[in-house]
Amino acid sequence: MSWLDKLIPSRIRTESTGKRGVPEGLWVKCDGCDAVLYREELRRNLEVCPKCGHHMRIAVRARLDAFLDPTGREELFTDISPVDMLKFRDQKKYRDRISASQKKTGEKDALVVMRGSTDGVPVIAAAFNFAFMGGSMGSVVGEKFVRAVEAAIQNRCALVVFTASGGARMQEALFSLMQMAKTSAALTRLSKKQLPFIVVLTDPTMGGVSASLAMLGDVQIAEPNALIGFAGPRVIEQTVRETLPEGFQRSEFLLEHGAIDMIVPRDELPQTVALLVANLQKKDLPRETNRAAP
Amino acid sequence: MNPNYLDFEQPIAELEAKIRELQLMDDDQGLDIDEEIERLRNKSMDLTRSIFSNLGAWQVNQLARHPQRPYLADYLERVFTDFRELHGDRAFGDDPAIIGGMARLDGLPVMVIGQQKGRDTKEKIRRNFGMPRPEGYRKAKRLMELAEKFGLPVLTFIDTPGAYPGIDAEARGQSEAIARNLYVMAELETPIIVTVIGEGGSGGALAIGVGDHVMMLQYSTYSVISPEGCASILYKSAAKAPEAAESLGITAGRLKELGLVDEVIPEPCGGAHRDVPAMASSLKASLKKAVLAQIDRPTQALLERRYERLMSYGEYTER
Repeated sequence: MSWLDKLIPSRIRTESTGKRGVPEGLWVKCDGCDAVLYREELRRNLEVCPKCGHHMRIAVRARLDAFLDPTGREELFTDISPVDMLKFRDQKKYRDRISASQKKTGEKDALVVMRGSTDGVPVIAAAFNFAFMGGSMGSVVGEKFVRAVEAAIQNRCALVVFTASGGARMQEALFSLMQMAKTSAALTRLSKKQLPFIVVLTDPTMGGVSASLAMLGDVQIAEPNALIGFAGPRVIEQTVRETLPEGFQRSEFLLEHGAIDMIVPRDELPQTVALLVANLQKKDLPRETNRAAP
Repeated sequence: MNPNYLDFEQPIAELEAKIRELQLMDDDQGLDIDEEIERLRNKSMDLTRSIFSNLGAWQVNQLARHPQRPYLADYLERVFTDFRELHGDRAFGDDPAIIGGMARLDGLPVMVIGQQKGRDTKEKIRRNFGMPRPEGYRKAKRLMELAEKFGLPVLTFIDTPGAYPGIDAEARGQSEAIARNLYVMAELETPIIVTVIGEGGSGGALAIGVGDHVMMLQYSTYSVISPEGCASILYKSAAKAPEAAESLGITAGRLKELGLVDEVIPEPCGGAHRDVPAMASSLKASLKKAVLAQIDRPTQALLERRYERLMSYGEYTER
């Protein structure tokens, strides 16, 4: 409250904090083109701006909902929960950070794994939840990812991962670093069974997640304009003391430098992944893409 | 303040200065003060022992980064014989931040790979302060695969602040280079012995750190992020680094307790740099023991054991 507000008697003071007029969240502004968008329309369009095609971050369940076919889905490994084995505390206790994130997101940790199919092709899909402590990878994410690999082997199907993470979870210290080794090692087993691993890099994919499972795909896909890299842009700027070039560490930059296979818009992911998996597993082409060209 | 000593070692530095002063007097004036010198020497030893018996994580972190701390090149000539360096990743270039090559460990041919910081300013710059670029990790991968092909054990030595966070490194795929090494090391069909000799800086360290036996020198550190980095993110102030170091549990003893490290190699009193030959000889003994313990395992058993160890990392509940 400003000094001026304090001078006004409370009876005639109007609450300036509660926004008036447009109800909160009915309209949003596109980060890409500044167009004002109707929230519901944006949601229906998978958080992609209908005006300029800018991809905004999408919630983890909405992501999987859009990717997997509506029938025959099952969520896996829902019981695995984090523990604060180091009694880590910074400004806040890790336990309290966990509880706060769980309350905010309704999730136990930062990875959701489901069995299902996409465009008719069976897959195990794992998606990072950036809203849960920045999608950071600790012991739970590592373990769930390994089990997702094992589930793919059991079901003889492909594993698809959607990454969105700031990196390793600092509050689990060296345990979180070791998740990089653990998840990468699990992928050697998937390869031995000749089962495809498809990575979809989404905004942002950095640090320990980028330097492990996220770069080990048989096919590397990225959504448009996603920030993908090892070191964060601020760290790099402080190290090299230069301004970073426009578009640095974005999907288009990675494609140009040979780091990824393709950039695919969000609404085309099911058909693209289904086609790739069907080819690698030498199966019939999925029903959507099987249609004759008009 | 004596720059050869860290802040918490200054009382030792003062005593050592006094001893030197007395020695000079002795020479100049022919006075017999041997007894006094001897007394001060003992006092200095006791003081060193007492200071070093109770170091905090931040102090260990300072020792791990000590400008006189022995680097891989200092151990190469003392631990091994017949080292021949092998260069280049065959795709882009040769990264001086990583040294690799073949050598003999008590007659046994081995592949040696590790980060190298520089000693003087010129070498520090050439070696990029021990921060590898992708071509460094790809050279390491190439040499590991060479060792696998001919059945040589791989001995890696970790000493890096981290992978280089630079524009060129990102453009050439720093993430992929690290990730690929983690993958390759998980199934490399030859024993891998990992030793952290100085700083174990995050993914840049782990990229040569997946193995069958992981050792740390007593005053080395291994962490997911530098204490300064952690402090500036979680505490919003780099000045809180000592607290962050404590929280992160970056020391050899703590990591051994947690089961993330197999062996701690004790350092000479006052740290490895106070007696490099002694450090090299105990490092050599531990390396020999570690190689012999792994070398006779059938390949399948070796890989199975390595995989199970990797899968065991992490703490969670199921409810």
